Amino acid sequence: MAEKHGKLEEVRLTTPVSTEAIAGLKLGQVVYLDGVVYTGREGVYQRILDEGLAPPVDLKALSNVNFHCSPAASVAEDGTCNVGAVTATASFRFSKWMARWFEVSGARVIIGKGGMAEAYYKSVFVPAGAVYLVTVGYGTGALLGRGIKRVRAVHWLEELGIAQALWVFEVENFGPLLVESDAAGNSLFESHNRALAARIEGLYEGLKPPALHRYGETDDRKDELI
Amino acid sequence: MIPKALIEETAAQLMATAAIEIPADYLAGIRAMTAAEEGDLSAFVLNAMLDNWDAASEDRRPMCADTGLPRYFVKAGNEAVIEGGFVALEEALRSATARATREVPLRPNRVHPLTRRHNDDNVGINAPEIEVSFEPEADWLDITTVHKGGLFGTDYRMLFPGDGVDGIKRFFLDTLIAFGRRGLACQPAIVGIGLGGSKDVCMTLGKQAACLRVVGDANPDPEIAELEAELKELGNSIGMGAMGFVGSSMVVDCHIEVGYTHTGALPISVHCFCLSSRRAVARIHADGSVETRTDPKWFTPYMRRDTVTWPKSTESSRKSG
Ligand code: SF4
Repeated sequence: MAEKHGKLEEVRLTTPVSTEAIAGLKLGQVVYLDGVVYTGREGVYQRILDEGLAPPVDLKALSNVNFHCSPAASVAEDGTCNVGAVTATASFRFSKWMARWFEVSGARVIIGKGGMAEAYYKSVFVPAGAVYLVTVGYGTGALLGRGIKRVRAVHWLEELGIAQALWVFEVENFGPLLVESDAAGNSLFESHNRALAARIEGLYEGLKPPALHRYGETDDRKDELI
Repeated sequence: MIPKALIEETAAQLMATAAIEIPADYLAGIRAMTAAEEGDLSAFVLNAMLDNWDAASEDRRPMCADTGLPRYFVKAGNEAVIEGGFVALEEALRSATARATREVPLRPNRVHPLTRRHNDDNVGINAPEIEVSFEPEADWLDITTVHKGGLFGTDYRMLFPGDGVDGIKRFFLDTLIAFGRRGLACQPAIVGIGLGGSKDVCMTLGKQAACLRVVGDANPDPEIAELEAELKELGNSIGMGAMGFVGSSMVVDCHIEVGYTHTGALPISVHCFCLSSRRAVARIHADGSVETRTDPKWFTPYMRRDTVTWPKSTESSRKSG
């Protein structure tokens, strides 16, 4: 039941996001979420996947939406939390954990910044039935903060600190988010990169070559740089 | 004498202002880019940012949860007297940082690079950075806070004189294309470029050009101003908009600062001040009155002087200096 919002289509999803809803998502659609979303990034992945600790809460029962983020929050001495804004952090750094994370956590929707490689969606996300939603901007921290109605819990705050702890948010109209990968593992970013690629060579046309090259511009470490 | 407590109070308030209110110059720049943007997705992103800044100031919540690295730039009038001296000034700014982190709240980003140990208050070894510059014939203290985000969007390279403007353009394009993809630089950005100096000063100049000059400002040297305009246009012709989507909104403005460099060198640094271009400024006068603004006015004629002495009164200043 997508409706037109300006030129982009808008979809509202409820957690846990169903298999049918995931299958229906199209690249570039604008998504708003209702329900429960939890944060988890390298600190949480290391503890659960590398050190083998049990998750501090039954994630499968909680939600299937994992947000790569750290909130701008403070926790008072009596334990009350003040969450001002939330902004995603770059997800590509966590890709090595995703395959096992999908198994252990039951997550099917990853929210974050920057997305991951299309090849990786196809090899890891598609078999798990998972998709990637990207936050917008990326500075839309205040809008996303508004969507958080309540902090249900914060786990491992002592051990991991505010930025890395596992936060559980109750959310309403949480967004905007964009569909970056669909059920077939296509990437919105990579489709735009392909469209840009054709222009890029032209931008350098007529500029003389650099006086000194660098490793990184060539993959062959036997090459001379001058 | 400027009281220490006033410095701390002013600095803590500046941190909240910087975190919550997008500076008017940057906002006007983004509005203009939004109106001109033809890419659907890029335009959607810019409109969402405009909504976000409204939400931040209505709710008094930070515009972006990534606090970046909150830091200070201080310009001290040559005649300014600070209660307790410069050590007290540093203590006041460190204390303001810890306070604002708790009260705004800001995300406690700062950790030890190896142990990842953190104090949860954005204060630590060499943090916040406090850079000091001076201004002749003044008795005030200008305090600017900048919360620059971005693990991405900054790069440095040693070019050579023979590379010239072509080399500058090439490196500028390399940096924007590399970090603009998937919007890692959170563009459209104020792109600051450091040219020349020693390697460390080259980085510093570029960072300051991005963070301490406002949208719409041009370098007073006409040759540099022309290159600024040319690079801005080049950046916006890449074909990339917000979040790396097809579009034209990449560079909201381009600022270049230069430093005299080694005769065989042309070092360059490029820095992107992101969609949360957070800066706030206050001037504390000797009588204790405080005025706030968003333009740091950091690069004064005195900062950019090339003479031995100051004022730059006579042509013989270098010889007689
Ligand atoms: S680069 Fe700027 S807008 Fe983007 S997440 Fe960091 S602070 Fe926020």
